[in-house]
Amino acid sequence: MTRQGRSPKFRRNRNPVTWLLRHAQMSLSSLGRLSRSPASTLMTAAVIGIALALPSGLHLLVDNVRQLSSSWDGSASLSLFLSEAVSGEQAEAVRRQIDRRDDVAESRLIDRNQALAEFRRLSGFGEAIDLLDDNPLPAVVVVRPHDSVAGVEGIARMAAELQAYREIDMAQVDLQWVKRLTAITGTIEHGVAILATLLAGAVLLIVGNTIRLDIQGRHSEIEIVKLVGGTDAFIRRPFLYEGLWYGLLGAAIALLLVLLSLNLLDSPVQHLAGLYASNFSLAVLDPLSLLGTLFGGPILGLAGAWLAVGRHLAEIQPE
Amino acid sequence: MIRFDNVAKRYPNGHEGLSGVSLHLEPGEMAFVTGHSGAGKSTLLRLIGLLERATRGQVWVNGRNLNKLRSRDIPYHRREVGMIFQDHRLLNDRTVFDNIALPLVVAGMAHAEITRRVRATLDKVGLLKKEKVLPITLSGGEQQRVGIARALVSKPPVLLADEPTGNLDPELSREIIELFLQFNQVGVTLLIATHDVDLVDRLGRRIVNLRQGRVASDTVRE
Repeated sequence: MTRQGRSPKFRRNRNPVTWLLRHAQMSLSSLGRLSRSPASTLMTAAVIGIALALPSGLHLLVDNVRQLSSSWDGSASLSLFLSEAVSGEQAEAVRRQIDRRDDVAESRLIDRNQALAEFRRLSGFGEAIDLLDDNPLPAVVVVRPHDSVAGVEGIARMAAELQAYREIDMAQVDLQWVKRLTAITGTIEHGVAILATLLAGAVLLIVGNTIRLDIQGRHSEIEIVKLVGGTDAFIRRPFLYEGLWYGLLGAAIALLLVLLSLNLLDSPVQHLAGLYASNFSLAVLDPLSLLGTLFGGPILGLAGAWLAVGRHLAEIQPE
Repeated sequence: MIRFDNVAKRYPNGHEGLSGVSLHLEPGEMAFVTGHSGAGKSTLLRLIGLLERATRGQVWVNGRNLNKLRSRDIPYHRREVGMIFQDHRLLNDRTVFDNIALPLVVAGMAHAEITRRVRATLDKVGLLKKEKVLPITLSGGEQQRVGIARALVSKPPVLLADEPTGNLDPELSREIIELFLQFNQVGVTLLIATHDVDLVDRLGRRIVNLRQGRVASDTVRE
């Protein structure tokens, strides 16, 4: 026994194959431990699943609304109110002139008589109109822009150009609701991002708390493993794998929930689209949210477990 | 193998567990630590197993100064020091085999080697037929032998036992002591704390008597 000089080094096992093998064993034994109490495992995983499903489900919803609004602003029409000076024959000439534009897909003339008839039919002011000496309504050319006219801005620019025509009093685009819808989806998207952050925090806490309880329940085991020379890494490992499994299970449940909801919504949406003579169908989960959920779940689980382990494992020292 | 240089251990509540203890155990030596409860027997063993650190003085085990050992080296130190407790400290939801295998699993030993070593150790303590049962179904003496097998299975150079016969009747106690004498014959250094002076008096081994945290006597009874 030497009292001077350097202490002899401890032998450490650094064989990568053994290390990998031990990790594989540990991950499976963690899974085995979870499967031995399926009810509580599923309950925890379901809570995580719901927390993960909410943001990806809402993201999907926003995606669909956006798709819907973009398909609608494409089919928006412009109403060109001709000035009163334009006579019946001139009106048709104006329509033909407009129709020749590249950005016009289709145009239709509603002359003053038709406009009056339509107004009488739709407004319910028929009798009041009969009292008037002459027709107060202008002729209108209804224009459907070409598909190449993109978005709200494109149509607004087109309306401005048409307004410049001498024969046209006013070019009206009813795009206000599309703009509002875009603004609303934008707002909701931000809300979803905030919600996703909060729910990610919730998942972290759920896993952390579950692992904390598990650590407490295995207090004596941890103590004994420390007594016989288990390193902190060895003791940490099963809990980290447990967090990983919880996250993965939660992610699987989340995807299942989203797909189930999509499935349930599909037929009513088809029905609704049918009523609008639209070929709109629900968008499926995009790859980004799919991968985000699939990887985000386990990463959050692992992080939650790490938090719990870091806080509570050091507190357990053998007596 | 084990050396204490003027070691004191003071607890945060002011209680002095050990004060000025110097002690030297040669490799392969077997000694008993006796004294009343509270005399410092457990503290002495706990300092060797690094369950606690000394507040003053130096403790050397197996050529290493424990004062200078970093926290992350403690697990490796404990692999060289087998510890046996009065309350056995077994995992009651694992079989006898798994309990004994624990130190080897923790050290990352290959499965086949673990099986071989655990069987050999079970044979040594006479529990070969009990490997598949849970410790809770065993008698106190058998449980203690499981605890001893666990401490022994990784072949540590040092074995510590804190009141290993505390809950056993005289006959079982003698069996346990007999086991320790066998281990000592193959070169294991043993330090055994006990209050049962009658049991160890006639063994012709070194007896260190502690009183109020100090070495009161250090003798070999022939």
